[in-house]
Amino acid sequence: MKVAGFLLLLAGWVLVLAAIALLGAAGPRAAFLLAGLGVELLGLVLAARSHLTAKKEDEA
Amino acid sequence: MPGVHFSEIQTAACIFFLLLAPLAGAGLALINAGLGRTRNAAHSMMAALCVISVAACVWFICGRAFLGYGGGLAHFVTVGHKPWDWLGAEPWFFRGLPLSGVAKLPQNAPPLFLIAWFGILAAGLAGLIPLGSGADRWRLAAVCASTALLAGITFPLFAHWTWGGGFLAQLGMNYGLGRGYLDAGGAGPIHVVGGLTALAITWIVGPRRGKYTSDGMPMAIPGHNAVLVLFGCMVAFVGWLGLNSAGAMLFAGLDPDRTPLIAVNTLLGASSAALATAVITRLRFGKPDASLTANGWVGGLVASSAACAFITPAEVVIAGLVTAALVTYSVELLDLRLEVDDPGGGISVHAVGGIWGVLVVGLFGRLEAGGAGQLLAQAVGIATLVGFVLPFTYALNLLLNRIMPQRVAVEGEHQGMDLYELGAGAYPEFVTHTDEFMR
Repeated sequence: MKVAGFLLLLAGWVLVLAAIALLGAAGPRAAFLLAGLGVELLGLVLAARSHLTAKKEDEA
Repeated sequence: MPGVHFSEIQTAACIFFLLLAPLAGAGLALINAGLGRTRNAAHSMMAALCVISVAACVWFICGRAFLGYGGGLAHFVTVGHKPWDWLGAEPWFFRGLPLSGVAKLPQNAPPLFLIAWFGILAAGLAGLIPLGSGADRWRLAAVCASTALLAGITFPLFAHWTWGGGFLAQLGMNYGLGRGYLDAGGAGPIHVVGGLTALAITWIVGPRRGKYTSDGMPMAIPGHNAVLVLFGCMVAFVGWLGLNSAGAMLFAGLDPDRTPLIAVNTLLGASSAALATAVITRLRFGKPDASLTANGWVGGLVASSAACAFITPAEVVIAGLVTAALVTYSVELLDLRLEVDDPGGGISVHAVGGIWGVLVVGLFGRLEAGGAGQLLAQAVGIATLVGFVLPFTYALNLLLNRIMPQRVAVEGEHQGMDLYELGAGAYPEFVTHTDEFMR
C-alpha cells in the first residue's frame, strides 16, 4: 500500500507535466492539472494510511 | 531568472541582506531546541551546528554546481521541440566563481558569487527543518548523512528548477504560463522541500516512545523552554528579512527600492498569522498556546516568502490569517489522526505553510504577465513538490536508513540524546526526574 501511494504521487506529477506539454488550450490544461493534483492527493492519503497500518502491524 | 544583472548598489544591498540571513537558521535552531525535551537540548543545538556545516561543505562540493543559474551551463531534455532544463552543470568546488574582487567584475555580469552565497545559507536552513521533526530520537550521524543528501541532491535539484532557469522557471517562456513558476524568497525550494523531508523522516523514524498509547491516543510532550522558542521566532524574523530581500533581488531581478514593501509584508505576514493562531487556540483551548503561536509566526514568515515582493500589505494579512488556520489544524490532523510525531511542527509550518505561500503568488501576485497562467505555473510547482520531491526524498532517506539506521537505540531514547550521544547534558545541574527514565 505504501509503494502504491508513492506511485500515485509520481503518476499525478507525470499527469500534470503531460497536461502542460501536450495540451495547448487553457481549459483542458487546467482540468488535467487539477486531475493530476487529485491523483497526488489520493497518493498522499494512501501513503499516510499505510504508515498507520505499518505501525499497528509492528506493535502486534 | 535569465537576464538578472547587478549594479554596484544592488550588489552592496544584497551583501547586507545576506549578512542578516544566517539569523533565520539561528532562530530555527533555538525553536527546535526549545520544543524538544530537556535531556536532548544540547544534542539539538549540536545537530543544528552539524547540519549547517555539512550543508555548507556539500554545497561547496556539488550543490552550487547543480543549482547553476539562468543562462548558465545545464543539462536538457527536449520534449515536443521545447528544451526542458533539469539540472545545472556548473563546475564543482566553486571553480570559476569570483568570490573576491567584486568591484572589478565586468558591468552587467550575473551575480554568481551572491547566488552561491545565498545557496549555502538556504541549504543550511532547509536542513534545519527536518531536525525539529526528528527531535529526541534522530541519531547525529544519520542527521549529518541525511543533510548531505538534502543539501547535495534534493534541494539543489528543485532550486535549479525554480531559480536556476530550470523547467519550472521556463513554464512562462515555453508554455505561456505567466512568468513561469515564481518564488522569490524560497517558500518552495527551502521550506516545502525541508518540510517534506521532515515528513519522510518522521515516517521513517516513527514517533517518540510514549507519544502514543496502544490505542493510538497521543500524549502531550511539551517543549522544555518556551522562552527559547519565542526568542527564536524574533531572531528568525530578522533572518527572514534578509532572505526575502536578497532572494527578491537575486531571483526576481527586483531593485533595492522594493525592500520596504518586502520588510513590511514579511512582518505583517508573521504578525497576522501569530495573532490569528493565538485567537484560534484561545477559542479552542481556553488559553492562547505559546508553542502553536510560535508555529503560526514562523508559518506566516514561510507563507510570505514566495510572494512578499509581489503583493500588497492587505493581501499578505489575508495570507497570514489563512496560514494560521492551516498550521493549527494540520498540527492537529498530523498529531491526532495520522500519528505523525512532529515535535518542532516542521511539516505543518514549512510544508503546509510553504505550499500555501507558493499558491499566494498565483492568487494575489501583481505581475506584468500574471493572471490565470501564473496560478497554473504555481500549481505545477506544487504538483512537482508533492508528486516528485516527497517520493524522492523518502526513497533517499529510506535507502540511507538501510545503510545507517536513523533512529537511536531504545537505551538512547530513555537516557536522553545528550548523555547517550554527547556524553554530557545541556543542564548538568538540573535534577533528573526518575519518570523520564521509567517511561
